[in-house]
Amino acid sequence: MSGIPHDHYEPKTGAEKWLHSRLPIVGLLYDTIMIPTPKNLNWMWIWGIILTFCLALQIVTGIVLVMHYTPHVSLAFASVEHIMRDVNGGHMLRYLHANGASLFFVAVYLHIFRGLYYGSYKAPREITWIIGMLIYLCMMGTAFMGYVLPWGQMSFWGATVITGLFGAIPFVGEPIQTWLLGGPAVDNATLNRFFSLHYLLPFVIAALVAVHIWAFHTTGNNNPTGVDVRRGSKAEAEKDTVPFWPYFVIKDVFALAVVLLVFFAIVGFMPNYLGHPDNYIEANPLATPAHIVPEWYFLPFYAILRAFTADVWVVMFASWITGGIIDAKFFGVLAMFGAIAVMALVPWLDTSRVRSGRYRPMFKWWFWLLAVDFMVLMWAGAMPAEPPYSTISLIGATYWFAYFLVILPLLGVIEKPTAAPATIEEDFNNHYGKPAE
Amino acid sequence: MLKKLAISAVAALTLSAGGALAAGANGHVHDVDFSFEGPFGKYDQMQLQRGLQVYTEVCSACHGLKFVPIRTLADEGGPQLPEDQVRAYAAQLDIFDPELDDTRPRTPADKFPVGGDPKAPDLSLMAKARSGFHGPYGTGMSQLFNGIGGPEYIVSILTGYTGEEKEEAGTTFYENTAFPGGWIAMAPPLSGEDVEFADEHSNELHHEAEDVAAFLMWTAEPKMMARQQAGFVAVLFLTLLSVLLYLTNKRIWAPVKKAAKKA
Repeated sequence: MSGIPHDHYEPKTGAEKWLHSRLPIVGLLYDTIMIPTPKNLNWMWIWGIILTFCLALQIVTGIVLVMHYTPHVSLAFASVEHIMRDVNGGHMLRYLHANGASLFFVAVYLHIFRGLYYGSYKAPREITWIIGMLIYLCMMGTAFMGYVLPWGQMSFWGATVITGLFGAIPFVGEPIQTWLLGGPAVDNATLNRFFSLHYLLPFVIAALVAVHIWAFHTTGNNNPTGVDVRRGSKAEAEKDTVPFWPYFVIKDVFALAVVLLVFFAIVGFMPNYLGHPDNYIEANPLATPAHIVPEWYFLPFYAILRAFTADVWVVMFASWITGGIIDAKFFGVLAMFGAIAVMALVPWLDTSRVRSGRYRPMFKWWFWLLAVDFMVLMWAGAMPAEPPYSTISLIGATYWFAYFLVILPLLGVIEKPTAAPATIEEDFNNHYGKPAE
Repeated sequence: MLKKLAISAVAALTLSAGGALAAGANGHVHDVDFSFEGPFGKYDQMQLQRGLQVYTEVCSACHGLKFVPIRTLADEGGPQLPEDQVRAYAAQLDIFDPELDDTRPRTPADKFPVGGDPKAPDLSLMAKARSGFHGPYGTGMSQLFNGIGGPEYIVSILTGYTGEEKEEAGTTFYENTAFPGGWIAMAPPLSGEDVEFADEHSNELHHEAEDVAAFLMWTAEPKMMARQQAGFVAVLFLTLLSVLLYLTNKRIWAPVKKAAKKA
């Protein structure tokens, strides 16, 4: 499967040959698990395994939770309490599932920012990046709909606000919103379809993950230098790589154990810290909570959504030029989805031919500023929509777009990259011993 | 790696603190030292029993606990009443049974009644549905270690009456320093010495308030002690597993790194 030369599975016994000529599944597994992997991968390359684990954890705990949950507006909240009080181990299952979503997003953000820093999105890995962005979108959809299922106040009002975004689309918005909700407002029909999709999407994610892995097993992993593995011969490739098993499997499982240590401490000792108290109040369409705040992992994009108010000049300009079709609300929606779209298009926006940020002296600064910007937006998203937070959100949102649309295209032209090592072997040897040659 | 993990953990936690804060009450909530706070915290069985008594004799006049099965009063990690007492407690509360088409005494398998006053919210989850003390100095550190602070909010409400009253649109409001907006429709439920405790514990106002708040924390989170136990075992096991995997990883990579030194 991989373009890097390496040993392939050879069926030896009669039974192995019999199976291999009919279904080469052992060969497929062997090639997947023994893929030559750059030996200089650092600790930021662990998040893929963590994410795979999260998906499995969410599917397994979720399937058991479904056995005890009732998707009906008058029974959902009580059935969650039934899980918390009557089901054996139900309280652990639910807290694992709820906090598992947070672990999933912590890991995915670190994974994405790893890719942004080391240029993992650049040729020939654009498809891997695009598939990854689709996975991320599915994750957000799944997490949002999952949060609606307990049918607490924040579930109900979060669903109302987010589906309301679709209502902001000119002309067709309201019919779309009604179609999404299954009625004029969030109600039983909404809960049922969200439940159905919340169960479906993780399996879509699982399929996309398989394609994601397939894509980067075809191109080979990126690595901290961004330098390609030498592929002239097997002997040459072996100087740059080690097989995934056992070297990276054990390393990744060690990292997973440490991450789970922190995760289980949170689940065991502070399972409600990342949640919102209002979601322990049953949904009430007649009482709006004082602050409707999404879960932490949506906050940066929520801040971008709210940043573009009617008094911002770009919004006024957009409104004037479209004759009022694009109002502030629709502009905010466009900005929120646009923020993810520009990230998805980064393989074609970054003009630099150097992959790794390690050898890009100017890029480094802008990258870390983007990381800080992401944190600032996350904080601003949790604050009320009023000055000074709205101004901070606007500055943060502007930088987010400027990074992808202006800074990355320009940097490739004006920046003078520093020298990268010639080979991965050289980088590895520099790190662990005397320099090669 | 640890550095990066620490960064990610801190990032996740500090950012979410914003969410917890944004939910906050405008009212003043003061810190209370509860026995169940922190990773090693435990419910005080006697305090839960006293809280049950305050709830039964005072709160239950208007409020309900519709999600709490009465049998759980006997559960480990709760008030742990003897089973005959639980049965007697259940029997004094009637329930309408559609199968009999008549009322009958409750059994431990039934839940607590819903509240008698439709304006009085159900208290089953109240201790988790309110955020409380997020100090010191608004840093939220207390919430990180001691929980979101619902019980503190309950104590602050119960002890926060100033004695001022006002009437608006036929409803009497009572000034309360902990309630968002400062005026609450609930008349002061406790004034001190409202109940006589069997264990002769002090029945001053703040003791009664703390006892019932602790009881309501238990009704909201009855499996807390089992959960902390599971968390403790998981953390111990994962620490051991991490050490073993660290050593395995080191051993596996040793030849590769040694070769790099020789190169």
